[in-house]
Amino acid sequence: MTDLNKRLTEGVATPDGEGVVLAGLPHSAAMGMRLISTGEGEAVLMLPYSDMLIGDVATGVLGGGAITALLDTCCGTAVFASKTKGIASTATLDLRIDYMRPATPGRDVYAHAECYRVTRSVAFVRALAWTEGREKPVATASAAFIVERKAEKSA
Amino acid sequence: MTETGARSDLLDGLSASIPYIRFLGLIFERRGDEITALMPYKPDLIGNPLLPALHGGATGAFLEITAVMQIVSDLALKDMAAAGGTLPNGYAPVMPKPIDITFDYLRSGKSLDTYARAIVQRRGRRVANVRIEAWQEERAKLIATAHGNFLLSSGGA
Repeated sequence: MTDLNKRLTEGVATPDGEGVVLAGLPHSAAMGMRLISTGEGEAVLMLPYSDMLIGDVATGVLGGGAITALLDTCCGTAVFASKTKGIASTATLDLRIDYMRPATPGRDVYAHAECYRVTRSVAFVRALAWTEGREKPVATASAAFIVERKAEKSA
Repeated sequence: MTETGARSDLLDGLSASIPYIRFLGLIFERRGDEITALMPYKPDLIGNPLLPALHGGATGAFLEITAVMQIVSDLALKDMAAAGGTLPNGYAPVMPKPIDITFDYLRSGKSLDTYARAIVQRRGRRVANVRIEAWQEERAKLIATAHGNFLLSSGGA
């Protein structure tokens, strides 16, 4: 996480091919979303700037929905990265997004999600998206996910 | 051109010109002042291939864009009335910008076509408050709802 931490704090432009494409999630993969890193209950994703995701042709700003999809994916990834064992699958229960400023055209969008509580059935997550450093958030998210656990062994 | 045609052309023009709407493959139909949005199923919209289920982000984006299109259509109606019943040549709608949106996911979205409608609960000078619903086979079985505020004036978010 060391050079990642540098990027988290500085938000510098990154070279092509950073991270791993989320091939297991077809929609995320189609958007070009990449997994940058995971920690315990944390995930960092990146959505490369792409002409096909533009929502405002006059400015080149990405569609708000693209940021929504990035934050949703990032939150779900953070749930899987939590220290809770045996999570089979998750599904978004609710998701609130606050849009603070447009994503800067031409810049990749980063998102960092933190899963701060997992109960038997529900995981609570918050997330932040930015293009020019975390101190200038593009959007924040707050979400609850339903957690499906793998069948437990009988004691 | 009829007022009906002018506003439908406006929606068609926006759908064709906005890359992200094309990426999702969205289609908008207007009946009176109500827009029904359609997100035809395609494998690219899947988030969980095992179920399979639509990606919550795709559904969310669909709801958000449906709200924007309904607001744009309503504003065009207002502008048309102000201009004496026709849309001015080269009419460029102000695109509403989301301020905040809350999505509730009620059912897993299947690998089927999805529909959505938005109700503008209040439209003021600067902000529109909108509620949006999405469903698949049955209108009564919603797969997701959302409510949010959209900024109308260009005063900056």
